[in-house]
Amino acid sequence: MHVHFLDPYRPRTSPVHVLDGRVKFVLTVAFILTASLTPVTAWPVYILLFALMLSVEILSGLGVGYVLKRALLALPFVLAAFPVIFTNGETALFSLSIGSWTLIAHAEGLARFVSVLSVQAAIVMASSTPFPELLQAMRAVGIPRLLVGMFGLMWRYLFVLVDEALRLMGARAARSGQSTESGHRYGRSVLWRARVTGGMAGNLFLRAFERSDRIYVAMLSRGYDGEVRLLPLPPMTGATWGALVAGLALLGLLLSFGILFWG
Amino acid sequence: MVAPVQPMHIPDGFLSTLVSVVFWVVSAIAVAYALRRVDKDLGERQVPLMGVLAAAIFAGQMLNFSITGGTSGHLLGAALATILLGPWAAVIVLTSVVSIQALIFQDGGLLALGANLFNMAVVGVTVSYFVYTSIQKLARGKSWGVFVGGAAAAWLSIVIASLAAALELAFSGTTPANISVPAMGGIHMLIGIGEGLITVGALAFLYAARRDLFQIGETAPKGGAAVWTFGLVIALALAILSPLASAHPDGLEWVAGQKGFLEAARAPLYKVIPDYAFPGINNKAFATIIAGILGTLLVFGVALGVACWRRKKA
Repeated sequence: MHVHFLDPYRPRTSPVHVLDGRVKFVLTVAFILTASLTPVTAWPVYILLFALMLSVEILSGLGVGYVLKRALLALPFVLAAFPVIFTNGETALFSLSIGSWTLIAHAEGLARFVSVLSVQAAIVMASSTPFPELLQAMRAVGIPRLLVGMFGLMWRYLFVLVDEALRLMGARAARSGQSTESGHRYGRSVLWRARVTGGMAGNLFLRAFERSDRIYVAMLSRGYDGEVRLLPLPPMTGATWGALVAGLALLGLLLSFGILFWG
Repeated sequence: MVAPVQPMHIPDGFLSTLVSVVFWVVSAIAVAYALRRVDKDLGERQVPLMGVLAAAIFAGQMLNFSITGGTSGHLLGAALATILLGPWAAVIVLTSVVSIQALIFQDGGLLALGANLFNMAVVGVTVSYFVYTSIQKLARGKSWGVFVGGAAAAWLSIVIASLAAALELAFSGTTPANISVPAMGGIHMLIGIGEGLITVGALAFLYAARRDLFQIGETAPKGGAAVWTFGLVIALALAILSPLASAHPDGLEWVAGQKGFLEAARAPLYKVIPDYAFPGINNKAFATIIAGILGTLLVFGVALGVACWRRKKA
């Protein structure tokens, strides 16, 4: 099968990969919710959550480095939010003195870095679960089947159209007179470049529009009647239920621990 | 190369749990309604059409052009989708794009997805529709309406959506409104220019190649009035709320206190924004800019009213 550079799924045989997609989906959301609901001052709970995340990363065979690298790519927001640590909140954690400046770090600001935890959970889920299993999970939690059907089709054609966009950009680079010689300016004014990019976006849209027509006709030819039919969900085994309940119990325990002692 | 990360996608941890949940509920209702409308209008063609066009918007976001230095302009696509597909279908297409970005590419958080959907799919589309159809009416079917309308819709949809994001951050107590509103608004006033230019380029191409695709504005889809009104309400609410919030951050706090929000939940539902002025940011100047937008919107509203009145008389 054609493997596309955009697809984050990394096939392994780890227990995390084997775990049912529905369980992973629910546990990921529960993890993010737990991190979000834990009181900002409950730092030991955050350390435990972080340890939990690290163990899952190691267990998944994806590697901590892989997950952290992707997290960094996904979160330039966090770097931008760095000053927030020092500007906002009532609970002082520590203060830093640089010359005549004194910076006071606040727990409330630090809480924004919870996003570092949440994003790792999302990365592990996306990297260890093939997309069709995620679609199953979305159906299982009650997302309308029409929307799930569209997500599935979008995923199918995402790679086709990204390739199309890359071809358009390749053609532009080849035809716009880009030169390695110094003093040779590439393209004309910014306005001209924007118009060309817009034309390419329109072109991409038009191709997608025409392709959707072809797909619709092909679907009709195979008996499509407007109803989105999906395969029945595989049954939940005892072990799958066990994993779900154990995971939720662990997260619930951590959350109540945080609220009880630091709430 | 990965699709560009946009500052408008709020990650998890930046919104309070309450704000996240409220916006999840609002977005779920809006998307469910849009899904029903699309089902009625498009019928069985919708699944392949929406799915492929969502993929196209996603891929279109990779197209960029260099502005200067390392910066580049690229497309978000809310206005383009609205103009070509109509408001309901555009909501569904953008919902698919934003959801997949969060789920697979971690562009924006999962808990914050409700708020991100609200900003990009709901606010972005309604503002685009409102602006585009209004200018179309003023242009009375002349071709400049498509381009001026497209540019204005693209620019305003980005700016207003970013103001919505800034207010969500302020309500969550992440950043005081007097910092987040001018910062987000200011950046997106620039980003919006790139969006406007690309949108106009795309419309110019499509207008030359396939004029039959331009249906909205000429034959208004049923229920368009509801979207139009909603767009106006959102645009005005944000335009009024933003300068208020940025000029009097404790005004919001006061409202929260009055309503008993502060006591209602033990968890920091609405964190107290300290009386804090960021050194180096003169927020009076930004308040003026935002007041300028408000003025523009009002003038625009009056012009529109006059145009409608004239048309009725004629």
